[in-house]
Amino acid sequence: MKKYMAYPYGVWMVIFIICPILLIVLYAFSDGAGGATLANFAGIVEYWPIFVRSFFLAFVSTVICLALGYPLAYIMSRQPPHRQQLYMTLIMLPMWMNFLLRTYAWMSILENKGFINQFLNRIGFIGFLQSAFGYTLDYIPLINTSGAVVLGMVYNFLPFMVLPIYTVLIKLDPKLIEAAQDLGAPAGIVFRRVIFPLSLPGVISGITMVFVPSVSTFVISKLLGGGKYMLVGDLIDLQFMGNAYNPALGSAIALVMMVLIFLCMWIMNKFDDGSSEEGGLML
Amino acid sequence: MSKHLIDLVNIRKEFDGEPILKGINLYIRDREFITLLGPSGCGKTTTLRILGGFESPTSGEVLFEGRRMNDIPPYKREINTVFQRYALFPHLNVAENVAFGLRIRKLPEQEIQTKVSRMLELVGLRGFEKRDVTSLSGGQQQRVAIARALVMEPRVLLLDEPLGALDLKLRKEMQIELKRIQQSTGITFIYVTHDQEEALTMSDTVVVMNHGQIQQIGTPTDIYNEPVNAFVADFIGESNIIPGVMRRDRLVHFCGRDFECVDEGFGEDTPVDVVIRPEDLKIVETDRAQLTGRVESIVFKGVHYEMMIRSEQFTFMVHSTLCEPVGKTVGLAVVPFDIHIMQKSAPSADRMEAEN
Repeated sequence: MKKYMAYPYGVWMVIFIICPILLIVLYAFSDGAGGATLANFAGIVEYWPIFVRSFFLAFVSTVICLALGYPLAYIMSRQPPHRQQLYMTLIMLPMWMNFLLRTYAWMSILENKGFINQFLNRIGFIGFLQSAFGYTLDYIPLINTSGAVVLGMVYNFLPFMVLPIYTVLIKLDPKLIEAAQDLGAPAGIVFRRVIFPLSLPGVISGITMVFVPSVSTFVISKLLGGGKYMLVGDLIDLQFMGNAYNPALGSAIALVMMVLIFLCMWIMNKFDDGSSEEGGLML
Repeated sequence: MSKHLIDLVNIRKEFDGEPILKGINLYIRDREFITLLGPSGCGKTTTLRILGGFESPTSGEVLFEGRRMNDIPPYKREINTVFQRYALFPHLNVAENVAFGLRIRKLPEQEIQTKVSRMLELVGLRGFEKRDVTSLSGGQQQRVAIARALVMEPRVLLLDEPLGALDLKLRKEMQIELKRIQQSTGITFIYVTHDQEEALTMSDTVVVMNHGQIQQIGTPTDIYNEPVNAFVADFIGESNIIPGVMRRDRLVHFCGRDFECVDEGFGEDTPVDVVIRPEDLKIVETDRAQLTGRVESIVFKGVHYEMMIRSEQFTFMVHSTLCEPVGKTVGLAVVPFDIHIMQKSAPSADRMEAEN
């Protein structure tokens, strides 16, 4: 490959990545009248509960994705090749459907008169709650809860956890597992001392790829949280598109967010000793 | 040296209905250096994996000191393995790799340190404790793999073509090294290789395998001098394998004349394979010769020349320190002791067991 073949991408980067970031920085430090100020950052302080909530929900989603995704990736990697293909297709299939459509689908499933509540009504579960425990509602609140937001995040981002872990696990030399068994390790120790440490680069990629979009999402919280669980993404959205129009504040929040995410990733990478070359997808 | 440590009794193994081992009967003595030798696909590695517990036989029994161990998982066996491509743990350094098994045994840290450094000393890797295994050369990785297995003080060490990836000089050094380690530790070594020279150099006993069957079991000298069939003769060193007919005891006919030999018991007028090693054919004056032929080609091999000499019926390979020009007609002679007679068909495994 000739060097100049990278030029188009270089130009792309400058126009669509470097320039926007510089603009954000410029906005974040401007007072709207051409002067420089730190007031925008001072204004962020009152929104700290939103930051805490965003990081908390993203953290919970990431933990759930890891708990579901690691075993799935592990089991997948042990299947015969044709079945691995099948599982892979099944995991990827929802991603070929539009992201908004999928989230709307969850809305109609979780609604007060949605699929699940209708089902629970039909089997008499809600009636049972009402008669036995004096339950007053005629539905179980599912939508517009933080649980619904976490569910949306897990549902949408789970493949991003499974794929990097799976990729690392299929490259793991089966001879290493045999060597550990040979040296006296039963299955549990083989996993703890050999398989898991060697799959860490994939785990870290997975965590990064789930946590970053989770912490900055705004569609999921808007649709499944009903505005009650405002996340940083929604907050930024409001400053640009909503009635709170204040691009300077929005830019400052975005900038702070970038720094926080960067810090998170930096801490994550510390866990990996920097010794592995397989991760690839980290910062 | 006489006690049976391991017995393989009529071991069969199939993969997807494909027979890989067709009835292996073999015993292994305590403190023995035994080599499974054969071309790729002969079943030697499968046999080793059955001993290590990584495969279980389709039928047959694996006995360890007389006790059945077919279903004992690898981590409970008093057997350790040096894997073909070493299989070192890339996330651990040299000392941690060697200490891996000891840590699982939960030995006191002090004892682990002592054993690890003594073992690294034995394999000549002192001072490499903190090195990253991926930064080591092939030969060094090999030594770590050996140390990692030996530090467990197993009764048996399985070695799966451990020197295959090393260059010739290093391989020769490691052969001597391995033999030394085996003798100093008194551990039973079961070694798998396709390199006949390696097998002859190191082993107390050589087991020649082909197509999932044992062809011959014997000392290196037996195997080389008294191959039981044409396959063994051909696989172990170079051979001239000539079709012939056994006239009667101690008289064989090939290449248009009768030769005295030392073999008996083949019956009269039985078709046989006649095996003559290239170094056993002597170049002599044509008037004293048993056979004559024309030199077709000559290649210098270092210690000797390798000549292809064409007689009327057969082209012989001859190793000689003499250098004869291409095109010259020379005489060949062979003494009766160096003419080996083989049955046309390979003998059954049962017969082999009876002989050993």
